[in-house]
Amino acid sequence: MLDNATAWTVLDAVLDPEVPVLSVVELGIVRAVSVDAMTGAADVVVTPTYSGCPATEVIADAIRDALLAAGATQVAVRTQLEPAWTTDWLAPGAAEKLRAYGIAPPGARADGAAVVRFVPRRPPCPRCGSRATEQLSRFGATACKALYRCTDCREPFEHFKPI
Amino acid sequence: MDAVTTTPALDAASLLRLGDNALILGQRLSELCGHGPVLEEDIATTNIALDLIGQARLLLALAGQREGRGRDEDALAFLRDAADFRNVTLVELPNGDFAQVMLRVFLMSSFQVLAWEALSGSNDADVAGIAVRSVKEARYHAEHSGEWVIRLGDGTDASRARMLAALDALWPYTAELFVDDAVDAAAAAAGTGVVWASLQPTWRQRVEPVLAEATLPVPAATPFRSRGRFGVHSEHLGHLLAGMQQLHRAHPGATW
Repeated sequence: MLDNATAWTVLDAVLDPEVPVLSVVELGIVRAVSVDAMTGAADVVVTPTYSGCPATEVIADAIRDALLAAGATQVAVRTQLEPAWTTDWLAPGAAEKLRAYGIAPPGARADGAAVVRFVPRRPPCPRCGSRATEQLSRFGATACKALYRCTDCREPFEHFKPI
Repeated sequence: MDAVTTTPALDAASLLRLGDNALILGQRLSELCGHGPVLEEDIATTNIALDLIGQARLLLALAGQREGRGRDEDALAFLRDAADFRNVTLVELPNGDFAQVMLRVFLMSSFQVLAWEALSGSNDADVAGIAVRSVKEARYHAEHSGEWVIRLGDGTDASRARMLAALDALWPYTAELFVDDAVDAAAAAAGTGVVWASLQPTWRQRVEPVLAEATLPVPAATPFRSRGRFGVHSEHLGHLLAGMQQLHRAHPGATW
């Protein structure tokens, strides 16, 4: 029978479809998992990253499929909005995995800070480590990323936006 | 026996006003998909649209539950006629040129930042949950559009002329954002909603420095009041809905 600890392990192998080096657990969107010891039914609470993130439904399906395959009798995936997801919830090893994949990880978020205009955030290049980087596009291929380039190694890269 | 406690809940009418603002602005911005002036701004406007439509979906789903007439977010988005929409007129106006697109996002998202900050403290836990999520998105939208307002306002003669024209066109419609009626007053009194008029001084404190940096004048107040939030819309909303609702109405219940 599936137990809570095993369920967490199973979910730690379910990868985010847009950032396929991080699991949904490492991404910090799985808030709670409980498996009913009597019935084997699993209840998973997920907090979405962005309101309109198109991957949300794909992730819920992947969670459901993985837990059913691991022996859950049924799976309920519920959405919890509060507290809102933040990049602070990324697992400790997530930054290094992102960097190795070519995505600059989010730095500390500036929560509640006033909008500072024309002060560029400069994530270091994930390929060569240079801080000589510039923003190409504030919005990227997914809601959670922006596009940058390194002016030293000349490579473009994505930056996981801190929120 | 335990006392019966009622959970504070924002009413369906107020939720429709919030949800329709997000939905209609999202729909307008999505018109730029494949038509942005440069690739980066094509992606930006459609990403902002995606955030807004995501917010609208949460708000309209909640409105449907609270209303108790069996309408879900799709029924509310696709099966209402113009007179039943409750968005401010500002968001339904045609896009116009890129200056007008970015100025509208700036004026509206600056308002939404304040609205979501205030609603983060709502007694209604569902609304507060949507608000704390949405405020982060709105801040990013305000930052991006605000930089364009500065860049175009303090840019070339041509870009400045366009931004001045956009400001003339849009500014009178911002007054509606801060008009309260009995629905708003009741929600604010219950601690679930906000007195919109109370946000106006802070909104001006946030918007005016950006206009100043853009070397744009703050337009004078006029007595004009649009009334989209109360169901009195411009001619433009019907045309927008015709495009937005056509597919759903031609194929009711279709899914993919």
